Amino acid sequence: MSTYPVLDQKDTRSGFGAGLHELGKTNPHVVALCADLTGSLKMDAFKKDFPERFVQVGIAEANMMGIAAGMTIGGKIPYTGTFANFSTGRVYDQVRQSIAYAGKNVKICASHAGLTLGEDGATHQILEDIGLMRMLPGMAVVVPCDYNQTKQATIAIADHDGPVYLRFGRPKWPVFIPADMPFELGKAQRLIEGTDVSIFACGHLVWRALQAAEELAKQGVKAEVINVHTIKPLDVEAILASVAKTGCAVSCEEHNRHGGLGDAIAQVLTTHAPAPQEFVAVNDSFGESGTPDQLLKKYGLDTPDIVKAAKAAIARK
Amino acid sequence: MSTSTTAAPSTRADVNELQRIASQIRRDIVRQVHGVQSGHPGGSLGCADYFAALYFSVMRHKPQPWDMDGKGQDLFFLSNGHISPVFYSTLARSGYFPVSELATFRKIDSRLQGHPTTHEGLPGVRMASGSLGQGLSVGIGAALAKKMNGDDTLVFTLHGDGELQEGQIWEAAMFAAGKKVDNLISTIDYNGRQIDGDVDDVLPLGDLKAKWLAFGWDVLETNGNDMAALLKTLNEAKSRTGKGRPVMILMTTEMGQGVDFMMHSHEWHGIAPNDEQLKKALEQLPETLGDY
Repeated sequence: MSTYPVLDQKDTRSGFGAGLHELGKTNPHVVALCADLTGSLKMDAFKKDFPERFVQVGIAEANMMGIAAGMTIGGKIPYTGTFANFSTGRVYDQVRQSIAYAGKNVKICASHAGLTLGEDGATHQILEDIGLMRMLPGMAVVVPCDYNQTKQATIAIADHDGPVYLRFGRPKWPVFIPADMPFELGKAQRLIEGTDVSIFACGHLVWRALQAAEELAKQGVKAEVINVHTIKPLDVEAILASVAKTGCAVSCEEHNRHGGLGDAIAQVLTTHAPAPQEFVAVNDSFGESGTPDQLLKKYGLDTPDIVKAAKAAIARK
Repeated sequence: MSTSTTAAPSTRADVNELQRIASQIRRDIVRQVHGVQSGHPGGSLGCADYFAALYFSVMRHKPQPWDMDGKGQDLFFLSNGHISPVFYSTLARSGYFPVSELATFRKIDSRLQGHPTTHEGLPGVRMASGSLGQGLSVGIGAALAKKMNGDDTLVFTLHGDGELQEGQIWEAAMFAAGKKVDNLISTIDYNGRQIDGDVDDVLPLGDLKAKWLAFGWDVLETNGNDMAALLKTLNEAKSRTGKGRPVMILMTTEMGQGVDFMMHSHEWHGIAPNDEQLKKALEQLPETLGDY
C-alpha cells in the first residue's frame, strides 16, 4: 500500500558521486578535492572525466579545507570529499575561520555519517556533525534522504552562493524519492499528509519514518511525515503549519539528541507555538560496531521507536 | 593564456622611497595600537619593510576597483593575522581604503577588526586569519585556481616562525612541493620570538632551512630589515617561480624594529605603548607620508 515503493537499493554516497559527475559536465566552475577517499566518496567518475579539476590532497583534511577556501578566490566552486567526522570535528577551526567566517563558497560533502556507517565503529560514526555545522553563521546544512535526493542536492547546492555542509552515508538504503520529484534547498517536503502527529525526519531516518507512518496508520493514527532535508536554513513555515494542524511533533535523526534536527525544531516550536515533541535520536552517547540495522535498533532509532515516540507525543497533547 | 599583461603595475618605488614608506607604516602601526590600547606592534614593526617592498615594488596589484578574485593580479595572504596593524597600514597607504580609516582599528563598528577578515568587506583582505597555520593552505588554493584559470600571476603568503609549530603548515608544505605549486612565494618572519618567549625556548624549530629543502621547496634567506637585500631577494624569488617548486624565503627580522625600546625582546608582541612611549617611538620614526 506504500505511497513510496522501493525503487532500488543504493547508497547515498553514490548519489553524491553521480551528482558531482553531472556537475562536472554542466558547471565549469566546480572543482573537487578529496583526502584519500576517492573510492569511498564515489568521486572516481569525476576524477576520471575531469582530472584537471580534481585535486587529490592526501590524508590532510585541514589542508584540504584551506585549499578549498583559497580556490574560491578565482571563482571556483570547490566540493570537498571525505568522511563526516573528518569534514567537521577534525577541521572545525579551519571550516570556521577560512570558510564560514570568511564567507567562502565551499561545499563540504561528508559521507559515512551517523550510526549506519556500521562496523567501523564510534571513531568514524560522528553523531555531532549537524550540530557543529548548524552553529556556524552562514553555513547551510543539508541532509538528503536517499540516492536520488542526494544527487539532486549535490547539484542544487552549486547554485547556492555560500558555504554548505552536505551530509550523506555509506550503506545501501531504499531509494524511494522519484527522480523527478522537485528539490528545493530550504523547502521541507511533506511526504505523507496526516492530522494526528507531525513526524519530521532527515537522512536515512526518513525511510524509517515512512515505515512508522504505515504502522501507525494500521493502528488508526494519521501521521504526517515531513522530510526536512535542509536543516539550515530551516523551513519554519512548513514546521509551524504542520504542527498547527497535528498539535505535536516527533523529530528523527541519526545524530546526538543534542544539537541536531530535533533541537532546531524545538527552537521553532518553543519560540512560535509550543507543542509536545519527542526526540528519536542517539541519547548523548557514542556509537559502536555493528550492522546498520542492529545499531538503529540498539540506539533507539528504528521504526518501532518512531511509532512509540509518535504515540507518546500524541498522549502529551 | 597569460593574463599577466592585465595586471596594473604598482608603484615601483626604489630602496630609498621604500624606506620612507616603511617609516610611515611604522608610525601608523604604533599609532593604531596606541589609539585603542590593544594590538600587536612587535611583529608588525618587524615586517614593515617586507610589506612596503611587497606592495610598493614587487607585487602586481590593482587596489581600485577592489576585486576579490584578483584575476591577473598577484595576491597576498597574511597567515599570522595578529600583525594586522602593518597589513592595514600598507593596504591604506597603497590605496585600498582611506588612510583615515586606520583610526578605527579594533574599535566598535570598524572594518579593521583585531584580526583581518573578509566579513566586514574591507578591500584588500581576501581571507580571515588569526587562528594560526591556515594561510599556507589558502595560498595554495588560490595558486591552484590561478593555474586552472591560465593566470600566470603569483601568490604570496607570510607566516610567523612560531606559527610553524602548527601541524597544518607541514601538511601544506608537503602538498605545495609534491604537487609542484610553483606560482607561490611564501615568507617566514624569522624573528625567533613568540608570545611566550624565544621560539627556541617555547618549541625549537630546528634547522628550518633544511626542513623546507627536505620538503622540496626552493629556499632563499634574507634580512627582512635591510631594504636593499630584501628587495633583491623578493625579486630573486619571483625569478625562481614557474620552475616546478614553491619558493620559501626565510626572512630574519627584529621584532619591534625601528623603535629601540621594543626591540630585542618578545615583550612587545601584543601590548600597546602608553602616551609617553608613543611619543618616544614616534621620535624615532620620521613622518614621511603624513599621519592619518
